[in-house]
Amino acid sequence: MHELSIAESIIDIIHQYVATERLCTVRSVTVKVGTFSGVVSDSLEFSYQAIIAGTPLDQSRLSIEQIPFVIECTECSQQSYNEPGMMQCTSCGSVRTKILSGKELQVKDIELDDVVEEQT
Amino acid sequence: MSVVTIERKVLEKNDEIAQRNRELFAQHHLFVINVVSSPGSGKTSLLEQTLKHLNGSLRVGVVEGDVQTDFDAQRVAKFNVPVVQIVTNGGCHLEAKLVNDALSNFDLQNIDLLIIENVGNLVCPANYDLGETLKVVVVSTTEGDDKPLKYPGMFHHSSVLIVNKIDLIPYVNSNPKVIRKNALQINPSLKIFETSCTTNKGIPEWCEWLKSQTVKRAD
Repeated sequence: MHELSIAESIIDIIHQYVATERLCTVRSVTVKVGTFSGVVSDSLEFSYQAIIAGTPLDQSRLSIEQIPFVIECTECSQQSYNEPGMMQCTSCGSVRTKILSGKELQVKDIELDDVVEEQT
Repeated sequence: MSVVTIERKVLEKNDEIAQRNRELFAQHHLFVINVVSSPGSGKTSLLEQTLKHLNGSLRVGVVEGDVQTDFDAQRVAKFNVPVVQIVTNGGCHLEAKLVNDALSNFDLQNIDLLIIENVGNLVCPANYDLGETLKVVVVSTTEGDDKPLKYPGMFHHSSVLIVNKIDLIPYVNSNPKVIRKNALQINPSLKIFETSCTTNKGIPEWCEWLKSQTVKRAD
């Protein structure tokens, strides 16, 4: 259950980009999670919610973009959408393949509500 | 509404510290292995047999990671090697920062091989680079031959597979050939050893390989 420390790392990154007084305007943070990243999306969402409770980020939402596991064969150049981690080319059976996607664990962007300036 | 584009790796802070560890290891010509497995595969027993067999022919340092207790460090200390126990207090994996903190307890100049025994867990440690030269994953014959397929991440990230407890094969429904085949489906370039810490089978070959790798780094 390392999703808790992953969620903490995501919050650290938000803090680096959003000024403390604007944290309460964070509407959502989008994270790319590859299906072969070793991170369980549901657990990550749960951990995120648990950590932000009672903080200025309380109203924010973690939005997860699932990235499929895709490999490419270096012999026949075909791409295969395999079970995460399975390195055999489904076209020619070769194991000389490389991973194109599926290992991502990345903060993509943060959405903020615009602050309405108070009129004097 | 405004959108701030970030595009940064979630674990980049850990990766940065891991890189610092890696540079420190390179500076001291250290060969560093991060030993990972599920709990009870025999990592510590393997370490004991390794230290016994090496018998001082390599200068070894050991970092032990456990959720609780320093039992493993006590076992290893009997071989008169420098050992530091990291207790994670519930944490399911070691992080680069914890290893970095532990390194200050070693005289790295006088170590050839640093063995980091990670917390017993076949999932989480795969995500955390510690700055090691390579990962060694241990699987025992009692765990089920399909382990590599069920936990592909760890096998993907490892360079060496040790199939341990091969002395138990007559008593459990295990076939090391199947473990090997399954593991190679995930990682075709895995180097594989088969060992028993009871009969000592495979330990000399494993130690010879360690020596060959370590000497290479010192050149």
